[in-house]
Amino acid sequence: MKALRNLLDRIEPMFADGGRFHKYYGLFEMVDTLLYSPPNKTIGAPHVRDALDLKRVMGYVWLATFPVMFMACYNTGYQANLVLHDNPALLANQEGWRHAIMSLFGYHVDSFFNNLFHGFLYFVPIYMTTFIVGGIAEVIFALVRGHEVNEGFFVTSILYSLTLPPTTPLWMVGLGILFGVILGKEVFGGTGKNFVNPALAGRAFLFFAYPAYMSGDTVWVAVDGYSGATPLAVAAAGGINAVTTTGLSWWDAFIGFEPGSLGETSVLAIFLGGAFLLYTRIASWRIVTGVFVGMVLMSTLLNLIGSSTNHMFGVSWYWHLVMGGFAFGMIFMATDPVTAAHTDIGRLWFGILIGVMVVLIRVVNPAFPEGMMLAILFANMFSPLIDYGVMKLNIKRREQRQQPKGLKV
Amino acid sequence: MEALLSLFVKAVFIENMALTFFLGMCTFIAISKKIETAIGLGIAVVIVQTITLPVNNLVFNLLKENALIEGVDLRFLGLISYIAVIAAIVQILEMFLDRYVPALYQALGVYLPLITVNCAILGGTLFMVQRDYTFVESVVYGVGSGFSWMLAIVILAGVRERLKYSDVPAGLQGLGIIFITVGLMSLGFMSFSGIQL
Repeated sequence: MKALRNLLDRIEPMFADGGRFHKYYGLFEMVDTLLYSPPNKTIGAPHVRDALDLKRVMGYVWLATFPVMFMACYNTGYQANLVLHDNPALLANQEGWRHAIMSLFGYHVDSFFNNLFHGFLYFVPIYMTTFIVGGIAEVIFALVRGHEVNEGFFVTSILYSLTLPPTTPLWMVGLGILFGVILGKEVFGGTGKNFVNPALAGRAFLFFAYPAYMSGDTVWVAVDGYSGATPLAVAAAGGINAVTTTGLSWWDAFIGFEPGSLGETSVLAIFLGGAFLLYTRIASWRIVTGVFVGMVLMSTLLNLIGSSTNHMFGVSWYWHLVMGGFAFGMIFMATDPVTAAHTDIGRLWFGILIGVMVVLIRVVNPAFPEGMMLAILFANMFSPLIDYGVMKLNIKRREQRQQPKGLKV
Repeated sequence: MEALLSLFVKAVFIENMALTFFLGMCTFIAISKKIETAIGLGIAVVIVQTITLPVNNLVFNLLKENALIEGVDLRFLGLISYIAVIAAIVQILEMFLDRYVPALYQALGVYLPLITVNCAILGGTLFMVQRDYTFVESVVYGVGSGFSWMLAIVILAGVRERLKYSDVPAGLQGLGIIFITVGLMSLGFMSFSGIQL
């Protein structure tokens, strides 16, 4: 370890001001601070005594997604193996390199490692593509614009790949992350300066540009020629009864044995990561609470109103919680500190807005069965306005406090 | 009553003047630097829209065939009459603001008279004509479409106030980044597209 530090120290002058490779200082800095804590210290008051800088924050979020990544692999493989187990005729339809690899082992739905490995073959290429394509864009921007390469991209890339359906073609994965990184973030100046969540901007771009690959019935299970709807789409068509008659219990949905995007299915794994983020205070509990409360209020209200034609009106809050991307968005997407509201009270309202909007889109809008992505994007636009309102109210309250009753200034 | 409510919601969210139809872009982009000014201009647009739409609705009914002169269809005069109505109402609003809210009058500057040629205003009237709204519907649509434009410009002003701290590449500064911003905002507003009311 010492030798590595010495090496980094030795080559640093080459990248420093006036050095031969000064143009590539960003790259050097990226490697250096990834391996070691940044050496920067606060010189003037106030002294912030906290080792938790941006790099560690982003690193922690990345760590928190590990349970989700694991379940993403396992469930993707499990769903695909289950379908092939139930419909052996579909085996003839399968083709491509994944099938070539899998046919060495066969498809065994009972084998834990077979499921995991099968999902692995889907998740890892998507993640690698995201990381390489987005990373190149990020590094190019960093070098040209002279800012540092930021760990924020770790988070963006993993969250983005976890929101995609397992069957997304890899060229599309690359296109989406390019949109997210460049137009969602880098044109505004990089991490901390954007106003929409780059991962969601990329996904939304794909969602509207290639709806056939991002929604519908055929994309959620990684088996060619099989169509299986997500529980949300089933519920939209026939209410929650239709979901339970497909054999999916609430606990199945909670643990994550349902078709869906890679990372969104397992609420259990998401909550594990979420507990870590909340405990380390990286995710704001106000946002999470706000989203949850907003969702419960709105879905209960719609339950009370009821509708004879729209089955989604009758879906209760605990089903909204486990279906689709709600939990993933609540824990990982809405809590992005940059694009959420910045004031404490504002965060609560920001969350409530997301919770209300997600239920509204799911229930009222027949065009989209899932609403979490759009709800968060929608709330991202409002967050500066929410902050503005909170600050104005605060200023007003303080002005009133300045003038005690009966005293005219 | 329910139909009017859904018309209002439709006008504000589903058919947002600025973010779905991209109408009134010049003022939308020019006057969205500060939230206060944006709110002021937004209110002005709401007022103008709320007054002009019903008035234009009456004018439209007068221009219909056989309404004014037996056997003559005066609808070819539509466009010019609507603009005249809008211009007159904006003039009155301008004098009113100059007299009672001079600060806002100063802040809005040349863009206040330009509301006359704001596409969102004329667009609202033309939508009203095309869809053959009744008088009451045109009042609701006027408030709704004006409010939709106000909502959009206030949101944009909020985002732009935050973007003051961003570090935009030289080539994109100014208009370029605002177009990208508005595009991303309209992506967010896509959440309402497809709702049937």
